[in-house]
Amino acid sequence: MPISAAPVPAPVAKVGDASDALDLVADVLVLGGGPAGTWAAWAAAAAGAKVVLADKGWCGASGATAPSGTGVWHVPPDPVQREEARASRESLGGFLAERLWMDRVLDRTYDNMAQVAAWGYPFPVDEHGQQARRSLQGPEYMRLMRRQVLAAGVRILDHSPALELLKDDYGVAGAAGVERRTGRRWRVQAQAVVIATGGCAFLSKALGCDVLTGDGGLLAAEVGAEFSGMEFSNAYGISPAFASVTKTAFYRYATFYHGDGRVLEGAGSARGRSVIARTLLTEPVYAQLDQAPESLRESLRKSQPNFFLPFDKAGIDPLTQRFPVTMRLEGTVRGTGGIRLVNAECGTGVPGLYAAGDAATRELICGGFTGGGSHNAAWAMSSGYWAGGGAAAHARSLGVNAASRRPIGAGRATLRSAPGSRTLDHAAVVKAVQDEVFPYDRNLFRSTAKLNDSLERLDQLWQAVQDHPEQTARDVVRAREAAAMTATARWMYATARERRETRGMHKHEDFHEQDPAQRRRLVTSGIDRIQVRAESASETSVLAKAAA
Amino acid sequence: MIELVSQDRCVSCGICVRVCPTQVFDNGAKGIPTIARQEDCQTCFMCEAYCPADALYVAPEADRPVQVDEATLVAEGKLGKYRASLGWGTGRRSTAQEDDSFRILALAARAPTAPPQAPAAPTAPGPRP
Repeated sequence: MPISAAPVPAPVAKVGDASDALDLVADVLVLGGGPAGTWAAWAAAAAGAKVVLADKGWCGASGATAPSGTGVWHVPPDPVQREEARASRESLGGFLAERLWMDRVLDRTYDNMAQVAAWGYPFPVDEHGQQARRSLQGPEYMRLMRRQVLAAGVRILDHSPALELLKDDYGVAGAAGVERRTGRRWRVQAQAVVIATGGCAFLSKALGCDVLTGDGGLLAAEVGAEFSGMEFSNAYGISPAFASVTKTAFYRYATFYHGDGRVLEGAGSARGRSVIARTLLTEPVYAQLDQAPESLRESLRKSQPNFFLPFDKAGIDPLTQRFPVTMRLEGTVRGTGGIRLVNAECGTGVPGLYAAGDAATRELICGGFTGGGSHNAAWAMSSGYWAGGGAAAHARSLGVNAASRRPIGAGRATLRSAPGSRTLDHAAVVKAVQDEVFPYDRNLFRSTAKLNDSLERLDQLWQAVQDHPEQTARDVVRAREAAAMTATARWMYATARERRETRGMHKHEDFHEQDPAQRRRLVTSGIDRIQVRAESASETSVLAKAAA
Repeated sequence: MIELVSQDRCVSCGICVRVCPTQVFDNGAKGIPTIARQEDCQTCFMCEAYCPADALYVAPEADRPVQVDEATLVAEGKLGKYRASLGWGTGRRSTAQEDDSFRILALAARAPTAPPQAPAAPTAPGPRP
């Protein structure tokens, strides 16, 4: 342990009872305070709604974007450039995206980035004196979003993870959770809820991702929401072996090496990532960004200060020195699967429940592969904006009788077990789930036999994770995270088993080719018993239907 | 992971306790935070970015604790470096306005890099920004 910070026993915050709970009433409750959540909260407030935003961490520092830097799918409304943008990733995504959704995300992102500029984000200026709005520095962007949300009158509850949704016969009506530091319970009764809790990276320590444990998916499933694209959930980010920084863009300039200095043939950050993974199964892999043009080297440093941070601290120059790399699971954070959306407002089909950002499916614009932050950033700000507006409109539509609703908690796993049941060892569950989803030769390279094998153990874990945790704030939150990760892993593998082909990021060792007959989405539902059904793009094109 | 709260530099503002997304810190004696749950640290460096006193050090090692020596870190200029690189703090300008991503993206779109298995292929030099 470090000599400079001797550990002291941490005070254990017991979960409080209902008598000292924080009770709030709002029109819209947003769960999650990353890009999607802050845009949702801002849009709902702009539409006149009274809004509460609850973040598991601290809105502004929490999530995958804040500690990062991200490209943005920002394309001027020029027909040629827009066509290139739409076409660029259709093949990588396995042709599961929809052009109507791409168009509206491109439009919305263009406008939202103008709003970000109007708020004073210090965009760089190009040689023509124009602001370049193709990227955002994470800390700056999220600090700005927190300020804007507060300025819009939104009440933020930091360090306040939701444990369950509230519902009644009219649909979702708020959420309840716990304040992690004090153990005080909170309950927000709201006419609509936006889930913007991010994806699930299974506590892999990928940059900023340890708060992203699939919590929102579990909340949504417990009230009957469905998922789409859960087979596209095996994204891995390259990082230095010792560090957390999974920013992969600059590895386009990398050469990958064996330990003895030989070049690792076929390895690359885009299509050659499988070669790196296969090699890592048996030996260390090294990288050096030796293909970065001399003229770009200063630009790289200016573009992503955080990329260089672990190298600078470790005394490594990644441009001139080799360093060991690993691949950390980013799951559905950089995958595309998530809560299924059924309308243009990012509704989930459950009345009063909306989803945005990485918590929602991104198949609509990416199909089965995102290839990086740019689409995800555009999706987060667009879907957040729509979900917030949709939630505000839903709240308005309920009218004056809304105040008389008496919703009850819809949570199940870890929350409703019988007294006297066993005490849940959530750390053991997390480790067991990680053992199923981390290995490259299980999750990245899939096969029917391996998926069946993992699902058998994951189904058993799902039984175990019903037990009651210790009633401290940390334990109840960790237990729900363990349950959410277990559920997410089961949805992933149950869905992957039904896609008997290789498409997008889903690589199947028994079926190496893309099968034209399987150009359709897979919809997943259920918690205790999981069901998967196929739906064609024409069935899912809610926008086309709305326009017809 | 977080390894250091400098007793000399800390101004007991409590910001790190507040902003840490995984609640690694607790308030300690005299308001100087303690590293109460080091194993929960996700090595995101946000506490360093927000610390107004450059009193924190997050080691790059994400999976295991390491020994650090404050005097050495200070001598090497490693405290507060991330905050400086973001241009955060009194008298600094945000470095977001120097973000060259658009130049890199434009260059990458024009001239994709050679596949890595072609070691001898020199990469075409781009225009100097």
